[in-house]
Amino acid sequence: MLDASQPPIVEGPLADNERLKRESNFLRGTITEDLANPITGGFSADNFQLIRFHGMYQQDDRDIRAERAEQKLEPLHNVMLRARMPGGIITPQQWLVIEKFAEENTMYGSVRLTTRQTFQFHGVLKPHIKDMHQVINSAGIDSIATAGDVNRNVLCTTNPVESELHQEAYEWSKRISEHLLPNTKAYTEIWLDGEKQKTTEEKILGPTYLPRKFKTTVSIPPNNEVDIHANDLNFVAIAEDGKLIGWNVLVGGGLAMTHGDTATYPRKADDFGFIPLEHTLAIAEHVVSVQRDWGNRVNRKNAKTKYTLDRVGIDVFKAEVEARAGVKFGPSKPYEFTSRGDRFGWVEGVDGNHHLTLYLLNGRILDYPNRPLKTGLRKIAEIHDGDFRMTANQNLVIAGVSPENRAEIEKIARDHGLIDDMMTPQLKNSMACVALPTCPLAMAEAERYLPDLVADVEGILAKHGIADDHIILRVVGCPNGCGRAMLAEAGLVGKGPGKYNLYLGGNRVGTRVPKLHLENKSTDVILTELDRLIGDWAANRLPDECFGDFVIRAGVVAEVKMSKTDFHA
Amino acid sequence: MMQLPAAVNPLSADQAQQFESLLGSMTPLQQAWVSGYLAANAATAPAENPVAPPVAAAPFTILYGSQTGNAKHLAQDLADRAKGRGFETQLVDMADFKPAKIKNERFLAIVVSTYGEGEPPETAAKLHAFLGSKKAPRLENTKIAVLGIGDTSYEHFCKTAVDFEDRLTALGATIIAPRALLDVDYDDHAEDWIAGTINAFEPELKAKAPAGNVVPISPGITAKAPAQFSKKNPFSAEVLAVQKITGRDSTRDTRHVEISLDGSGLQYQAGDALGVYFHNNSSEVDHILDLLQVEGSEHIEGREKTLRDTLIEDLELTQSYPGFVTAFATATGNAILQELAKDAAELRAYLQDRQIFDIIREHPAPISADALVGALRKMQPRLYSIASSQAEVEEEVHLTVGVVEYDAFDRNHLGGASGYLGRRLEEGDKIRVFVEQNNHFRLPDNPETPVIMIGPGTGIAPFRAFLQDRDAAEADGKNWLFFGNPHFTQDFLYQVELQDWLKSGLLSKLSVAFSRDQKEKIYVQHRIREAGAEFWAWLESGAHIYVCGDQERMAKDVHAALIDVVQSHGGKSADEAEAYVEALRDAKRYQRDVY
Ligand code: SRM
Ligand SMILES: Cc1cc2nc3c(=O)[nH]c(=O)nc-3n(C[C@H](O)[C@H](O)[C@H](O)COP(=O)(O)OP(=O)(O)OC[C@H]3O[C@@H](n4cnc5c(N)ncnc54)[C@H](O)[C@@H]3O)c2cc1C
Ligand SMILES: Cc1cc2nc3c(=O)[nH]c(=O)nc-3n(C[C@H](O)[C@H](O)[C@H](O)COP(=O)(O)O)c2cc1C
Ligand code: SF4
Repeated sequence: MLDASQPPIVEGPLADNERLKRESNFLRGTITEDLANPITGGFSADNFQLIRFHGMYQQDDRDIRAERAEQKLEPLHNVMLRARMPGGIITPQQWLVIEKFAEENTMYGSVRLTTRQTFQFHGVLKPHIKDMHQVINSAGIDSIATAGDVNRNVLCTTNPVESELHQEAYEWSKRISEHLLPNTKAYTEIWLDGEKQKTTEEKILGPTYLPRKFKTTVSIPPNNEVDIHANDLNFVAIAEDGKLIGWNVLVGGGLAMTHGDTATYPRKADDFGFIPLEHTLAIAEHVVSVQRDWGNRVNRKNAKTKYTLDRVGIDVFKAEVEARAGVKFGPSKPYEFTSRGDRFGWVEGVDGNHHLTLYLLNGRILDYPNRPLKTGLRKIAEIHDGDFRMTANQNLVIAGVSPENRAEIEKIARDHGLIDDMMTPQLKNSMACVALPTCPLAMAEAERYLPDLVADVEGILAKHGIADDHIILRVVGCPNGCGRAMLAEAGLVGKGPGKYNLYLGGNRVGTRVPKLHLENKSTDVILTELDRLIGDWAANRLPDECFGDFVIRAGVVAEVKMSKTDFHA
Repeated sequence: MMQLPAAVNPLSADQAQQFESLLGSMTPLQQAWVSGYLAANAATAPAENPVAPPVAAAPFTILYGSQTGNAKHLAQDLADRAKGRGFETQLVDMADFKPAKIKNERFLAIVVSTYGEGEPPETAAKLHAFLGSKKAPRLENTKIAVLGIGDTSYEHFCKTAVDFEDRLTALGATIIAPRALLDVDYDDHAEDWIAGTINAFEPELKAKAPAGNVVPISPGITAKAPAQFSKKNPFSAEVLAVQKITGRDSTRDTRHVEISLDGSGLQYQAGDALGVYFHNNSSEVDHILDLLQVEGSEHIEGREKTLRDTLIEDLELTQSYPGFVTAFATATGNAILQELAKDAAELRAYLQDRQIFDIIREHPAPISADALVGALRKMQPRLYSIASSQAEVEEEVHLTVGVVEYDAFDRNHLGGASGYLGRRLEEGDKIRVFVEQNNHFRLPDNPETPVIMIGPGTGIAPFRAFLQDRDAAEADGKNWLFFGNPHFTQDFLYQVELQDWLKSGLLSKLSVAFSRDQKEKIYVQHRIREAGAEFWAWLESGAHIYVCGDQERMAKDVHAALIDVVQSHGGKSADEAEAYVEALRDAKRYQRDVY
């Protein structure tokens, strides 16, 4: 039981990241010196971590790491950049700028849409880094705090149909994002040659920032495309006759775990209750401040909000937030999620504008043989007078198409393989994380394996006569779960080359965590098992019972109700 | 107790006594040391050579200018023969010869090679320039004989030797024996010139110098007991590893080659080169055998190998040269080639990027095995700067080989030796090698002396050896390396090793120039100018400068940059700067190994 007089802090030697944040002079470190060092393409120890707060990760091409070691060459160091795009909205003008940069200055030439509504460049070499920031800045884009121990890019349901509601929600996601940004001017100083100004404090985040990454969403039911349960802090829109009145606030979601460490687990967020709009920023600020002060700074594997909640107790945490914000949570208002996927194809908004949602395999935008996606999107951007919206499923909405542009945009999309009537529902409900070759943490393939995996599962569905049904299928290269496999009906989690754990029992709307069914198995074994179970499901399911519900009813896996106690049980 | 032959020794009676008792008191080891010491002394100051007789009875002086040892070896042969005839002989490296002393010479033989576009080898540059300058003395009483060695595949064949003869005669010297200008197969033809020269000088010198007279020898020749293996008798060594060290997207193929010298007793020093005999591409050989309608299995008299093996192992088939065209044209009665051979300039242009393989492919015709072999010249071993120090790798020797590769006439061309080393060799194969000393490319004796190394591309090879050497010796002297190549990500040779040496502090500075990573081309000479102030400071603190790699452009541009730096940061006029750099060369503080 906690001693109320003492703040519930985990004692012990602080994690090294705490030292480097403290010594970084508000995230400056010696990044500038490293940039000027021509002998290596990489960054030195602390700066390697610090550039993350500026939205970059140092990576290398893992496919050729061993080869280069033999060649007495260092790994092919480069950086990945992740932009800050609250709500995933990007204008056609901005799009033209970034796709040009990717084309001309990155190793892979791709623009990669992520599961958090933004884009990444992969393979930017040191000499281009500063230039990159200046280019995106010229288009009004930055990458501040898209990584590191801070509040990340704030998600917002793309829902283009209820345009007004969405507009409001979107404005809030932007405001929250800006409210929680670091105060330090390190970013403009280092990358945009902004004039030097001493940073003296970080009002909200504190001098050593947060104990761990922190993720926030704004969502508009009934669509859960943002997957709220993957996030630390969620504002679920509550509307009365089309007008936004406030939010239900859910805290403490997160999906990552570490193989073999039962102290780590994917966990759903808890509903703290309802707050009216005017308290939005205060609540956001103090959920963050409580996690800032109480979060575990000793062990980073137990540092996220989800573990703080389970350690101090939901009520204690909630009470502290109320006390600090001077706001009481009201009883949460009823809402329901009925879908999670994107609404592909054309929809017409209440404002009479048209919106086209495109499925983009892995969000990897490149010119492929017979599918010049990048060129297609460039051509669309050149004529489009609305905006683009990156979805949390790595897809893209061409939003606000004026009726007169509709036909031409559809033609371009078809000519460039952006619309393909052969795409199955299964494909459109499948997702993978990046993994190899760029992700340093990948234990197995994900993005590069997805096409084959989907083809096999499509085959299985067809074989059992349900070709146009689907299961939410996600594959990730390691248990960090960036492709949110831990909210899928069937999730593959990489364990080693060609080896995965199979988790089953999530549901379609993403409100249930799946449970381990097969451990460290080859893809053949996993596919054989899926064949058996899908056959079973096809034969014995109740009227529109989804696969995830079926495997629990059929006793294939037990339902995960309370991760802390039953996920590893 | 050893006796000093009275007749020979120029010592006074009591000097002689002291000397004998000193000798008597010495162990053989001590004696060996003293003799070496005196010889070396004599060598570095041959003109004041303590035991050389007075100018009156002028000795026979052999001056050689050699970069890769060939001229040196020939000069040595000449010296041995002269001594055998009882001439009082001194053999001197031009680099160790004070130009002004030339006025004392009466009987002079010159053996020199040619480099660049008809330029003298590094070691001959000073004397060559002096003889062409106003300062040069009259030499009416000097009798000379000149031997030039070169390569007819170069435009200015043996130009340096010709220069020397012209300049000496212009100063009044008389030619006593006709000069010879020999091609790469000089070994087979040097004998005539040596014999002729000895005979020509004999009456002049008629010096009945008694046997046993001391012949001062230039350093290097006595520097180490020569290993039994040599260019004429190469060691068959096992290849331990061939590793590509440029990235997969590089425009260049550079290979790190590791070879075992185990059991050879071969020793080398950082700065030396390894001579490599190679095998021509056997499928290419088979192809030309077809075209020429010769079997390949037949034996040429005087050789125990079949024609095919001879072509693969002993004859030059990649580097083309005028002589082949003429001989081949005659042997095959090919009119086109005969016509072409008449115009030297046109012929040269034709040979520019053609290998002998190409010529034969273009003009296939039946030819007799003997005629074919007759038309081809003997394979010349290629030299590679040694990229390792024995202090580090012991019985191994490492090379950094840039594979010569280009497309022409619808086929891929590989350099003979670099193609063999880089592409055709397998680990475990044997190759024939020898060590070629280069005493003009050596780390300073003083471990404290700062060193500036400029080695873009494969020019980095000897500096890897230098650094391993200084590392093993725990030398405190600062080390500054300039390296350059096309692309940072693909062509940063030995990047990881260099990074470690920076961390350990062995490398004090590493300045890199990657020419094609930005719009404007950046080369090492630009980095030298950028760092001019610091470069000058190093020079003033006694730093030695070393340059290795491409001589056609790099060495010239670096030389110019060097003079710029001295001029602008040393506050000197252009001429003063030139003089300063020349002085560095004389002081052996500016050494180059360029090719
Ligand atoms: C690009 C993206 C996956 C994708 O295919 O879209 C991604 C990619 C990476 N994630 Fe992630 N994560 C991405 C969404 C997620 C999600 C899903 C979400 O947020 O909706 C999760 C699970 C939810 C959660 O956080 O619990 C996620 C949990 C992680 C973790 C585990 C965090 C933890 O709690 O332990 C790591 C590793 C870490 O932080 O130590 C990680 C680390 C990484 C890194 C940066 C690897 C690294 O740390 O060096 C990956 C870069 C791969 C590459 O080459 O691009 N990523 N990452 C997603 C980018 C989102 C964004 O734009 O910000
Ligand atoms: C002292 C010394 C040290 C050396 N050290 C090194 C070293 O450390 N590393 C190293 O790699 N080399 C070094 N070299 C050069 C090396 O000895 C060889 O000259 C080189 O490897 C080429 O020999 P090869 O037999 O492969 O090519 P060859 O068969 O001799 O062919 C070379 C010839 O091909 C022709 N040629 C080349 N490129 C082209 C082209 N693009 N188009 C048309 N024609 C072309 C030219 O005529 C050239 O002379 C050194 C040379 C010397 C003298
Ligand atoms: C880079 C280079 C350039 C050369 N240039 C010429 C030249 O212009 N004319 C010539 O006759 N020989 C030229 N040669 C051939 C050399 O003179 C020949 O190899 C000679 O045997 C070298 O003798 P050395 O070892 O005493 O220096 C050149 C050789 C090299 C490696
Ligand atoms: S899940 Fe693992 S492998 Fe996939 S992107 Fe995230 S960290 Fe990399």
